[in-house]
Amino acid sequence: MALTALKKKSARLPDLSRIPAVDEVGVNERVARFQTRSIKKAAKVEALKLILSMIDLTTLEGQDTPGKVKQLCQKAIHLHDALPGLPHVAAVCVYPTMVSVAKEALAGHDINIASVATAFPSGMSTLKVKLDDTRMAVKAGATEIDMVISRGRFLAGDYRYVFDEIVAVKEACGDVHLKVILETGELGTLDRVRKASVLAMHAGADFIKTSTGKIQPAATMQVTLVMLQAIRDFYKETGKMVGMKPAGGISTSKLAIHYLVMLHETLGNAWMTPEWFRFGASSLANDVLMQLMKQSTGVYQSPDYFSKD
Amino acid sequence: MAAKRLAVAKTYKIYIGGKFPRTESGRYFSFEDKQGNVVANMCRGSRKDFRNSVVAARKAQPGWAKASAYLRSQILYRIAEMLEGRRDQFIAELQLQGAAARAAEKEVDLSIDRLIYFAGWADKYQQVFSAVNPVNSSHFNFSVLEPTGVVSILAPDDSGLLGLISNIAPAIVGGNTCVVLASESKPLSAVSFAEVLHASDVPGGVVNILTGFRSELTEFFASHMDVNAIVYCDGRKAVARTVQELAADNIKRVIARDQVDWLRDAQDPYLIRDTQEVKTTWHPIGT
Repeated sequence: MALTALKKKSARLPDLSRIPAVDEVGVNERVARFQTRSIKKAAKVEALKLILSMIDLTTLEGQDTPGKVKQLCQKAIHLHDALPGLPHVAAVCVYPTMVSVAKEALAGHDINIASVATAFPSGMSTLKVKLDDTRMAVKAGATEIDMVISRGRFLAGDYRYVFDEIVAVKEACGDVHLKVILETGELGTLDRVRKASVLAMHAGADFIKTSTGKIQPAATMQVTLVMLQAIRDFYKETGKMVGMKPAGGISTSKLAIHYLVMLHETLGNAWMTPEWFRFGASSLANDVLMQLMKQSTGVYQSPDYFSKD
Repeated sequence: MAAKRLAVAKTYKIYIGGKFPRTESGRYFSFEDKQGNVVANMCRGSRKDFRNSVVAARKAQPGWAKASAYLRSQILYRIAEMLEGRRDQFIAELQLQGAAARAAEKEVDLSIDRLIYFAGWADKYQQVFSAVNPVNSSHFNFSVLEPTGVVSILAPDDSGLLGLISNIAPAIVGGNTCVVLASESKPLSAVSFAEVLHASDVPGGVVNILTGFRSELTEFFASHMDVNAIVYCDGRKAVARTVQELAADNIKRVIARDQVDWLRDAQDPYLIRDTQEVKTTWHPIGT
């Protein structure tokens, strides 16, 4: 079987006993520090534009219709035409059945199409179904796949299964970028977040992502910091860069800027691009746009004058 | 000999979204009594405090507008009850702000009565101002009032309590939420009134009260795109011009109350009407 062949080729389950324990108090204090940084004026404008370019504009609801997805894609292309010189978002993120709709709507634009796959959001299905799900999304034209790990297996201690599954999905993706969702809200402790991060990166994840957005808490600065530190240590160990995507619950510009500060002070400039860092969000874009309009006009803005997403 | 008890001074803070934070700017200005003694350090609110207040007011508005007229009435009545219970404190504060004893007493009593007055209008103004309109076609045509939304209020400077209440009550009784800049020269009673609101079942965010400098904050009260109407009580031409020019950007309703004698003139349902929008519906009917 392809899975065993691949295992022989490269990926090996890392020694998870060697992962350092996370100092939760230290993490909290470090996070509190990031939130005291003051980013104003020109630096703020630059930060806001960078945030826009890092957004994966997302709609993942049972009620999604082709019309809704087209509207989202239109928003991705035309964030706010009243304000010239804005970047476009990094990607739109949809369910596999909506990928073809998004592909048509985004034709001719340099915006990625991310699709969730592998029985999102619970991940409760067989490997075969998950791989078919992935292949379907790739075939429909997704350029990025956001998979979920099997949290139940992970919590039961079946790390081998979780690892093999990521390896198999990565193989099904081919050249398409793979983001691995840890769903940190279900992992419970920062130690497990760190462990899952290491596992996913060794299995071949191009990105690690905090949450599906369906579970509370979604992304927090604490789990994001732990994951960034895992990425840093993985890079030191292997020389391979891995991207980070906090998703869910980041809805204000101020908070997003705090994430950028954390990114900068943990991983440095190399990661400060949409290629290596993304925000999974929907309402964040409008808040950033309102802030940018405020910076350019001096007048506080109202959501009434911005397109809905 | 027993030592004289050390006084416990009150910290006067601003009121945003049902909470009493200090200004995010960390600035303050001193309020002095007639003899020049510092009575309190007041928060010198910033434009960001105002922005946060508008966010809170906007969030609270749909729920408050949906509350039944009966409930809004009850809540306004409750504010009056709470104010009655703290009558002496308010009289003392007005005296600290320079009022004579008799005048202070009168202002507090009128304030309580004014709340009762507007509480009574909660389930009546709609009948008075709505209409069924005769039209020359097969339509049932009617007009009803709807709250305009978020109202920013530059409260009168000369009437620290009564003027404040006479502007807040008609705005909120009609389902609006508001952000108020308290009197700059008489700010104490506004903060104490926020405490009364807090204890009166007024949902957080429905009334937000800032203290600070008029010269600094007026332009933001007038220009904010997410504010639907502005009330100002300042007779100066320059202020009127600033407010009207900046309010034009998102066609805010501009209400000037610069010629009002708060002791006498403000018992008036048209004050409620000021911050309402008329919605007219054409409903087809058979001939």
